Amino acid sequence: MDTLIFLFSDYTFQTVALGSALLGLISGVLGCFAVLRKQSLLGDGISHSALPGVVMAFILLGVKNTEGLLLGAIVSGLLATILMISIVRYTRIKFDSALALVMSVFFGLGLALLTYVQKIPNSNQAGLSRFIFGQASTLLQRDIIVMAVCGVVLLALVVLFWKEFMVFTFDSDFAQTLGFSSQKLNLLLSFMIVVAIIIGLQTVGVILMSAMLITPAVAARQWTNRLGVMVTLSAFFGALSGVAGTAASSLVPKLPTGPSIVVCVSGIVLISILFAPGRGILYRANRRRKNRLLFRMEGGSPDVPTI
Amino acid sequence: MIDMTTKYAVEVEDLTVAYDTKPVLWDIDLKFPKGKLTAIVGPNGAGKSTLIKAIVGLLKPVSGSIRINGETQDLRSLKTRIGYVPQSSSVDWDFPATVESVVLMGCYGKLGWVRRPRKEDYALTRQALKKVGMDDYADRHISQLSGGQQQRVFLARALAQEAEIYFMDEPFKGVDAQTEKAIVQLLKELRDQGKTVIVVHHDLQTVADCRWWPADRSAKFLMMKI
Repeated sequence: MDTLIFLFSDYTFQTVALGSALLGLISGVLGCFAVLRKQSLLGDGISHSALPGVVMAFILLGVKNTEGLLLGAIVSGLLATILMISIVRYTRIKFDSALALVMSVFFGLGLALLTYVQKIPNSNQAGLSRFIFGQASTLLQRDIIVMAVCGVVLLALVVLFWKEFMVFTFDSDFAQTLGFSSQKLNLLLSFMIVVAIIIGLQTVGVILMSAMLITPAVAARQWTNRLGVMVTLSAFFGALSGVAGTAASSLVPKLPTGPSIVVCVSGIVLISILFAPGRGILYRANRRRKNRLLFRMEGGSPDVPTI
Repeated sequence: MIDMTTKYAVEVEDLTVAYDTKPVLWDIDLKFPKGKLTAIVGPNGAGKSTLIKAIVGLLKPVSGSIRINGETQDLRSLKTRIGYVPQSSSVDWDFPATVESVVLMGCYGKLGWVRRPRKEDYALTRQALKKVGMDDYADRHISQLSGGQQQRVFLARALAQEAEIYFMDEPFKGVDAQTEKAIVQLLKELRDQGKTVIVVHHDLQTVADCRWWPADRSAKFLMMKI
């Protein structure tokens, strides 16, 4: 207990935990829409596609600070997203194939550029490889402010366009006939997901980022049948695992932060899938067993009207 | 308000719609009379749904013009006038939403961007649910509905739109005889209120008691007045 109190009063820990909590909250909210639109892998695609942007920003602009590198990440993440959407719209290639195609090309390019950059002197301090697996300990107060500002803007957009996002996610054709352009909503939502992913790159890295987007949403879906509750729960799960993961990595020596956050959120999803009332595996198994017993004892009649 | 200056609710001229290079509809000329209940009947693949989607603006036609209430089709001005009921199989019924929240979506068009539903929208939603006999189900999750109930929820959503012209894509699909009767009754009520109702249907037998006329020489489907 004392170690925990000591930990939570530590400045570095506070910074990293706050950053991770913010990241979990934001990706938890936006992940819900990605999951419900059956675009769970979109996050994976975008985050992998951000890598060449990071390296290009370093090569072309010579920047080393996080903001500059993330700007590069946003540009290439967006480019990849637009490319994916266009491939689906103008060819007969389906979304999953378009995603895999764009993602592997961009990530491959990113790795190639990274190898090239590492041969240039002075590049070691740039610490570009931290974007692959993430390095939460490099989070500075400046980075937290950037994350907080982005987070506030993204959450405000979700609140503002709540009804539009809901009807678009449920029935995009119907939304279109109501005058809500699905093209615009699709772009807006994709753009917001890109921003959410980019601000998480420094903490968890391109490879694990998609877990932050999908896992809290999947866990939250098990507990509720209402979109509002799902989004709130998902945000909570994300933030909770951010803090818990940071704490775990501070207490156990050499345990990296990003992966331990992902392990925490995976624990939550596992518990949810097993135990959630209504949808949980154990809950359903138990109900089936009870029903079988009930039918056997009372010889239950099926609830079908006879004509 | 329904203005009586034009006799036809929907006028389609020279309409050609294609998926990729293959035209599905070719040079279609059609007129849907105002304040009538009309069915579009034809076999699978005849282009019935395509026609409806082109009229409500979901598909971009290759050529031709569509006039609604005598005005050229423009989504922005149309959104409060048309009510579209898609096939119920077109959405994921495991979406986290209650019956009430789905029907409430019918009010979103009138509200426009960003504005939230008001008290009267909730009242309208209740009323629409009552009309389709689903008011006891308002707080149910949509995954607990049967096929016929899903169809009723979609109908209620369209009723909440308070549109002038309704387009319904296969509202009788997967529905039992009793529900079908209830739906037909509802559609007739809409017609009696002066609304135009256009229904896509694939079964000739259930609409046997009506006059029919060929839609167009190049069309593979029929139109009938019920």
